[in-house]
Amino acid sequence: MSAVVTIIRRELLAYFTTPIAFVFLVVFLVLAAAFTFYLGGFYERGIADLQPFFQFHPWLYLFLVPALSMRLWAEERHSGTLELLLTLPLSPWQAVLGKFVAAWLFLGLALLLTLPIWLTVNYLGDADNGRIFSSYLGSWLLAGSLLAIGSCMSALSRNQVIAFVLTLVASFALMLTGLPMILNIFRGWFSQFWIDGIARLSLISHFGGFQRGVIAWYEIVYFILMILFWLYATVVVLKTRRVG
Amino acid sequence: MLEARSLCKSFGPIQAVKDLSFSLEKGTVLGFLGPNGAGKSTTMRMLTGYLTPTRGTALIQGHDVQSDALAARQCLGYLPEGAPLYAEMTVRQFLTFIARMRNIPAAEIPERLGETLERLSLTEVACQTIETLSKGFRRRVGIAQALIHDPCVLILDEPTDGLDPNQKRDVRRLIQSMLDDKLIIVSTHILEEVPALCNRVMIIANGQLQADDTPQGLLETSRYYQAVTLQVDDSQAAASALSDLPEAARIELKHHELTVFPREGAELLPLVTKLAEQYQWKVHNLRLEAGRLDDVFRRVTTGLEA
Ligand SMILES: Nc1ncnc2c1ncn2[C@@H]1O[C@H](COP(=O)(O)OP(=O)(O)O)[C@@H](O)[C@H]1O
Ligand SMILES: [Mg+2]
Repeated sequence: MSAVVTIIRRELLAYFTTPIAFVFLVVFLVLAAAFTFYLGGFYERGIADLQPFFQFHPWLYLFLVPALSMRLWAEERHSGTLELLLTLPLSPWQAVLGKFVAAWLFLGLALLLTLPIWLTVNYLGDADNGRIFSSYLGSWLLAGSLLAIGSCMSALSRNQVIAFVLTLVASFALMLTGLPMILNIFRGWFSQFWIDGIARLSLISHFGGFQRGVIAWYEIVYFILMILFWLYATVVVLKTRRVG
Repeated sequence: MLEARSLCKSFGPIQAVKDLSFSLEKGTVLGFLGPNGAGKSTTMRMLTGYLTPTRGTALIQGHDVQSDALAARQCLGYLPEGAPLYAEMTVRQFLTFIARMRNIPAAEIPERLGETLERLSLTEVACQTIETLSKGFRRRVGIAQALIHDPCVLILDEPTDGLDPNQKRDVRRLIQSMLDDKLIIVSTHILEEVPALCNRVMIIANGQLQADDTPQGLLETSRYYQAVTLQVDDSQAAASALSDLPEAARIELKHHELTVFPREGAELLPLVTKLAEQYQWKVHNLRLEAGRLDDVFRRVTTGLEA
């Protein structure tokens, strides 16, 4: 456990001693605001809620999470520090978990920095704070899932650009499986049972419940399982590389 | 203390290491030699648990590097090839990170850090980020992270590669100062540093162990061992006189220097000096050869004479 904590501390230090943290947080906040106020029509709607804010989170994460996750392993492999890290007395699981949790906490911080918008809606009107809380939670879980995908993709390559693109594609695919447009494509070939299965995998549809203010334990379990699956895949990729 | 049991490693069709077995005791400084691509780094990566052997295994202090990996790694310090470091950290931050990972109790870390910085003359740059350091300093940081937990087995992959002659000497001195009760494995393809540094030498080529001896023992297998090299005004005349010696097996002229090779067990030096006096040669240079490692290295790794 202490090894994981040590890794988390080192990773967070790396974010804040390089321009990564600053650039990421600024871009995240600016884009979140732009989406909310211009595309979402925050004021025009005349409703005191954060629906316009949260509805764009999946699209914000689609580009920003891969940008954060691409360095996780690709950079270590490229600079050779992976060899240093993996020959320290810790298991690959601890390394994978430590790096993931650090990045996830960092995304959590980015979300926390959007709290002024929550204060704003409370000032403007009578906001449903339970719903806002569940949306935040869902958003963070969604970000974690995309991050875990990115962790695995980053372990696959020593090239960060490749890691970015792979993560983008994989995330896009996993997000879109829930859209009717995509489901209609499958409808010709699969029975309703499979269509439901595919739809159920979709990240966006699981985020939907949280946005409506419902915190269902099975939705949380879904995201946690999604994260664990991709972290496990990361461990497998790292071990495979070790075999050569 | 460290035992390799028929280590093999293949990368697809490439057999990088073929059936390597050896066992090493403490107090040994092993020079691990071989041409580029011989499999030195691959072997070290298997010993440190970074690569999984295709077959075979290794034991460090009785711990199997695969089934008991964490315990094995705990007694190990490792400097990977090229000394990779987290460039954005300061020296102090980096070494603190390593110390924590090495399970040094938090209360002891400041003291241990101070000692290590002192020992590697890093104190003055402790607060600098690693990316701003010169190559010599960076290499020392790499060595510092390998020995901060005072491991009993130290594995250094080309610790002097790419350094200038002064830095190389510093690193060699450092390694010598650490010997006391450790086992140190140093890979290199720089032969000059071997006799000064190591008390055992292994040469590998194409993933196979080709020679395993003391530096002196290896020098004695050199064809230059006990040969006499001299430089005289009239090389031709001297060569013909020397070739009449029954003890001389062979004579070579290279760069205006004559080298006389002895027959098995013969002592040439007194005979050559006697001849020189007898014929009144103007001798500019005369020396007894101790053997040449580059010659042994070439013979062992390519099967050709130098
Ligand atoms: N990850 C790898 N994938 C494929 N081949 C490799 C890999 N690592 C090393 N090799 C090959 O194994 C051989 C030994 O390499 P290495 O151990 O690095 O040699 P050395 O350190 O003695 O120069 C070389 O032919 C090298 O190309
Ligand atoms: Mg090498």
